[in-house]
Amino acid sequence: MTTRIDTRFAELAKQGRSAFVTFLMAGDPDPATSLEIIKALPKSGADVIEIGMPFTDPMADGPSIQAAGLRALKAGMTLKKTLELVRGFRKDDNATPIVLMGYYNPIYIYGVDKFLVDAKSAGVDGLIIVDLPPEEDDELCLPAMKAGLNFIRLATPTTDDKRLPAVLANTSGFVYYVSITGITGAAAADSAAVSEAVARIKRHTKLPVCVGFGIRTPETAHAIASHANGAVVGTALVDALRNSLDAEGRATGKTVNAVAELTAALAQGVKGAQQAAE
Amino acid sequence: MTVAKPNSYRSGPDERGHFGIFGGRFVAETLMPLILDLERAYTATKDDPAFQAEMNGYLKNYVGRPSPLYFAERLTEHLGGAKIYLKREELNHTGSHKVNNVLGQIMLARRMGKKRIIAETGAGQHGVATATLCARFGLECVVYMGAVDVERQQPNVIRMEMLGAKVMPVQSGTRTLKDAMNEALRDWVTNVHNTFYCIGTVAGPHPYPTLVRDFQSIIGNETRAQMQEVEGRLPDSLVACIGGGSNAMGLFHPFLDDPTVEIFGVEAAGHGLTQLHAASIAGGRPGVLHGNRTYLLMDADGQIQDAHSISAGLDYPGIGPEHSWLHEVGRVNYLSATDDEALAAFQLLSKLEGIIPALEPAHAIAKVMELAPKRPRDHLMVVNLSGRGDKDVPQVGDILRGKSK
Repeated sequence: MTTRIDTRFAELAKQGRSAFVTFLMAGDPDPATSLEIIKALPKSGADVIEIGMPFTDPMADGPSIQAAGLRALKAGMTLKKTLELVRGFRKDDNATPIVLMGYYNPIYIYGVDKFLVDAKSAGVDGLIIVDLPPEEDDELCLPAMKAGLNFIRLATPTTDDKRLPAVLANTSGFVYYVSITGITGAAAADSAAVSEAVARIKRHTKLPVCVGFGIRTPETAHAIASHANGAVVGTALVDALRNSLDAEGRATGKTVNAVAELTAALAQGVKGAQQAAE
Repeated sequence: MTVAKPNSYRSGPDERGHFGIFGGRFVAETLMPLILDLERAYTATKDDPAFQAEMNGYLKNYVGRPSPLYFAERLTEHLGGAKIYLKREELNHTGSHKVNNVLGQIMLARRMGKKRIIAETGAGQHGVATATLCARFGLECVVYMGAVDVERQQPNVIRMEMLGAKVMPVQSGTRTLKDAMNEALRDWVTNVHNTFYCIGTVAGPHPYPTLVRDFQSIIGNETRAQMQEVEGRLPDSLVACIGGGSNAMGLFHPFLDDPTVEIFGVEAAGHGLTQLHAASIAGGRPGVLHGNRTYLLMDADGQIQDAHSISAGLDYPGIGPEHSWLHEVGRVNYLSATDDEALAAFQLLSKLEGIIPALEPAHAIAKVMELAPKRPRDHLMVVNLSGRGDKDVPQVGDILRGKSK
């Protein structure tokens, strides 16, 4: 089975460059603006799009992404509407991979089997579920693989060599290396430590390794992308979005452009980077 | 749902931390190696005679155990039914049952070489117990507490600060216990290298529900021996309040396989079950939060709903996973008491027995007021008086004065 994720990383490998992966919250600041923003991402240089599924209790997220989730929920976002958002995006773009990222409870309540069918038909390619470690693979990981969706695992600085094989066992699409111990939006790891960690993971897998958490600027994105197959930026984009809102937290005429411009600048940073040696 | 009756109600969890479908380890990868370490450390120490001996020494001379099993004569006369005994956990050092578990976890943390302890707290009782033992053993202590709870439980905030702990008011979400737990998890994921997360209740990822239950089971084990001594037999019923459910689990667990013992857990019904409340079993359904699958209050989209209780210690939209299982297999009856019922019980116990209970066990007393009159005079009912009410005096005083105006 080949997903849009596999195809995209194969193309990038051919071009010898790293992927620029963006993260934004579905429905932030409202469903219609959110769709416009996501549609603008590929044109601005995003190679892979992660879309957050809003949750009231995002235990691994910092204040920016927590607030984004609450804005989306306040605007009436639900998991069903998140899938509609993906469907809306897919009308004009059948190539850019879409990865849904979030927490398990909304999916569990939606119903795992129904969710997988609906997500696949909406055009979702992969899932990153923060609170489902390999110990809970029966819940969603194995059913997702069966349904033809990539289940992308997080590896972290605490995932040692002994544990890595278990973490990688049912992973597909790519591996998401969390560059720091901490929450989203915290300080960046130095690129030497990241380089070492990516090399360590690559000794255990042929999958592309993307690095996220703590990347805010084109310079950091460039440095990290030089040591990995992709760099993920979330909080900085969410902050750019928030800064464009009016005093009541509503979208303004500047909102879509604010995100698109930062995306373009970060994409330039990543695209200047040579892909890590295999 | 029909669930097969197990041979024993005391054999859980399985090796993956499941009680039936409940429990589990729903945590970020960063934390997974840590909870596996904790499980190994706990397995290695729990039956170690040296660990046991050290624990027992502190339980006796520092905590002040065993706590008395006290016959509440005037409450019994007033209600005119079952003979009511109070398990006096409020007499422990720090004023609640929380210290039993904290002592165990801090000793475990010391064995694991951890120097920094974090905790979440609702009413502040777990925070105070953690701050106390950190002071005793010279450990750094950071306590996360919802900003709403910081406001309504000021006496405990001051106590924690006097004990040298840093209290971090949590401004996210509903600014109560649930958000304090989120923030504590965020701290833990950031400071994995030196930090031990001391969870205050029988919830969270495996092995916490088991570990906390085991440390709290001293409540039920003592009750069993004390009742044998004074009445020569087992109690007929047990009653305890439930937020996460650690005082209840501690009392219940040693009696789960005694079929003659009726067991009642009391959730917080807040303004009433059709309005804002904190009764996860009465008003929730199974979901996944804070590392475990359990009954949760949530909306149709799986978003966690605001809980409400007059008692900060019960103001949580979930419950320990073993309670969810005991509910589904039908071993424990889960009831609920409203804010008003708890306030009435708070006043009744104060006036009849000279014991000011915390608002949390006042919920249990409220149901005793309903259950006891319907039972014969030779029925032995034990209620866990899990904490004392000093911390609630300012809040209840304000409410009662407001009401009398």
